[in-house]
Amino acid sequence: MVQADVLIVGGGGAGCSAALHLAQRGVRVVLLERGLVGGQATGVNYGGVRQQGRDPAGLPLARKSREIWSRITELTGADVEFDPCGHLKLARSEADEAELLRWNALAEEYGLRPRMIGRNAIRERHPYFSDVVVAGSLMEEDGSANPRLLAPALARAARAAGAEIREHHAVTSLAHDGRQFEVVAKETRFTAPWLLNCAGFWGGEIAARFGEPVPIEKLHPNMLVTEPLPYFLRESLGVVGGDLYLRQIPRGNVIFGGGRGESDAGITRTRPRPDAAFGAMRRAIAVIPRLADAMVIRSWTGTDGELPDHFPVLGPSATTPGLLHAFGFCGEGFQTGPGVGAVLSDLVMDGATDVPLGAFDIGRFTAAQIAV
Amino acid sequence: MKAVVVGAGPAGIRAVEQLVRAGVTPIWIDEAPDGGGRITQRPPAGFSRGASALYGADSGRARRLHATLDALKPRTDWRPDTLVWNIRPEDRVLHTLTNGAAQDEVQYDALILCTGAMDRVLPLPGWTLPGVTSLGGAQVALKSQGVGVGANPVLIGTGPLLWLTALQYAKAGAKPAAVLDTTDLLTKARFGAGMLWNLPTLLRGMGLYAQLKLRGVKLYEDITPLAIEGVNGVTAVHWRDAAWKEHVTPCDAVAMGWGLKPEAQLADLAGVPFDYDGTQQNWVPRKDAAGRSPVAGVYLAGDGAGIGGVDVAELGGARAALALLADAHLPSDMALTHHLDGRLRTERRFRAALEQAFPYPARLAARMDDSTSVCRCEVITAGELRRAAAADAPEMNRAKAFSRVGMGRCQGRLCGTPAAAVLARELQVEVPEVGRLRGQPPVKPVPLQQVD
Repeated sequence: MVQADVLIVGGGGAGCSAALHLAQRGVRVVLLERGLVGGQATGVNYGGVRQQGRDPAGLPLARKSREIWSRITELTGADVEFDPCGHLKLARSEADEAELLRWNALAEEYGLRPRMIGRNAIRERHPYFSDVVVAGSLMEEDGSANPRLLAPALARAARAAGAEIREHHAVTSLAHDGRQFEVVAKETRFTAPWLLNCAGFWGGEIAARFGEPVPIEKLHPNMLVTEPLPYFLRESLGVVGGDLYLRQIPRGNVIFGGGRGESDAGITRTRPRPDAAFGAMRRAIAVIPRLADAMVIRSWTGTDGELPDHFPVLGPSATTPGLLHAFGFCGEGFQTGPGVGAVLSDLVMDGATDVPLGAFDIGRFTAAQIAV
Repeated sequence: MKAVVVGAGPAGIRAVEQLVRAGVTPIWIDEAPDGGGRITQRPPAGFSRGASALYGADSGRARRLHATLDALKPRTDWRPDTLVWNIRPEDRVLHTLTNGAAQDEVQYDALILCTGAMDRVLPLPGWTLPGVTSLGGAQVALKSQGVGVGANPVLIGTGPLLWLTALQYAKAGAKPAAVLDTTDLLTKARFGAGMLWNLPTLLRGMGLYAQLKLRGVKLYEDITPLAIEGVNGVTAVHWRDAAWKEHVTPCDAVAMGWGLKPEAQLADLAGVPFDYDGTQQNWVPRKDAAGRSPVAGVYLAGDGAGIGGVDVAELGGARAALALLADAHLPSDMALTHHLDGRLRTERRFRAALEQAFPYPARLAARMDDSTSVCRCEVITAGELRRAAAADAPEMNRAKAFSRVGMGRCQGRLCGTPAAAVLARELQVEVPEVGRLRGQPPVKPVPLQQVD
């Protein structure tokens, strides 16, 4: 039997960050990961470190996480290729442009400084855009990082700070005896007064296990990468409507996505979908015609959880003392992962956090939603 | 029933032959403009070099296969110049790209994958210089273009293809500067006895060796390749002989290859599980002796289903088609089935001996210098891969995630084998324990631009 102060289930960005933040505060923490850390949504996403375009209710969390991204190298002792290259969200119509202006005004209330770039300026700065693009909103402090490196780097740092990171430890049973949690993984019993549910899409099963099911659906973002092209694009791009996101890394490859992949019933295998890929390819060429000549060398997808209102479940359980949920990040959890870990650490150690979590409460779903 | 055969090499030709015989009209897809596969690669139209010059001892086989291919084409839905780049097994759909531009979907009830093989390489300092090709590449240049990779090439590797390529170059008028074989004579002799299972092939191999000697081509056994020298092209090969003496052989090109590996990406995307075959040192898609994969409706034949050589490809192609017919309750030739099963059993014994006689020098790959580029597409050195191992990469896909090995244009088809050897040694485990790179579509690059 292994006794800990805090058990974490799930080694994505949120779980690994929580392990690191708690270990730094001297807590005995054990993280249980079914496969390798960062193997699911955290590891195979687009790599956007983006506040741009988020619902205002999610901005305080994104802000907190962005502060951690500023010191991610010091925090992890590793280069996760974080590059605040700016996120440029494009308008392809007058209505899109109005949407950008609306969001920019909201964001300013949260202390963000998005900058509107009009038709002439965007043409001048980005001559490779087609006439489809009518305007853009630039968040200069947004950017990108390498998704394959984040969770392993956080896990390594957590381990160095004293956390126990157990990979290939699939949880086979979960229980709470009124005082402590008992979790069995790889035939070992782990007990602790705190349990952090950071299990991504599978977090829904854990919540249900403790009597609070949520209407979570699987989400498989469909992504592609081209062969290296001459470097021309510094900013990470998005569009109003969200059906295309695209960035180029300095070595030349263009990474882009849009639409959804798929999986089998048990999610033993996820795969990108050619129809989604073709859609993303068409939209990418419509915005940047020079991409027509490029070759796609690989496509992929991963698994995240999505909730009907597009907010995650983040905060204390309504049924079980000591249980904290942090799952279902709806494809937007890469940026927030480091911040979520800090929030969880605050909740465990201080019983409070400076980030408003109301919108993320697990009790927000109606009985009708849960029944579906 | 919609049957689809992917590949028109020896395995695909013999598979289609049996399907057509049984009254099935398959859709037949091949990447080349005119089919023929690799070992019997067809020259472009209007090419005047004769079959015996192109295929040597295999010219009779090549003529027979090409005649069958041409006779079968009008009796199938023949789709040349077509790449299958993805499979959705749950819907039994193939995604194809024709002439590098036109996308299409192909439905199937049953699918025979005859996707062939490619050379295994050993990264060396200088292996990415212009003028360095694989043995297979050097052969294709000769067969399909009538040009050599050089007038004085050094050929490095091991296996019958090493001798065959050297002889083909000698016959075409080149003067190979040296043939450098990493396997010692003793290993070849020890397993040579096992090759008696296929005496004609064994004799043909010995014949190649004898002809090279007669032509005065310098053959060296048990060598260690050290580096390929050059600036804008190849100028010399540095190597060490069995007595540990170092040599520098001037040359104008290098062709190298250490046996073959299955081109099994489509089987992977179809969901076929893979097993490590320690004899051939390859990951091989699972199938029964008849070529049935564990995925319903998917059959495998030829080198893409595990390296077996051209005889096994022809036998296995026909056998897989007979299995497909039997599974579909269509009339199939029981006598032929029985005959093929017997021949395939004998061939497997021969093949096991051949693979052991000409092993992939995993020890050399594992020890490659830190500065040697292991992944050519992404320019990742062995040192970078080793650093990935140190950063908790217990298997190949994680090593890829950390180091970018196998992430480029070839998707690890070329670097997968040597990279696994490097990683395994670094982790002090056996090669199979580091696993294999998972396949991801597209199997080969596809253009962003869609043409209907």
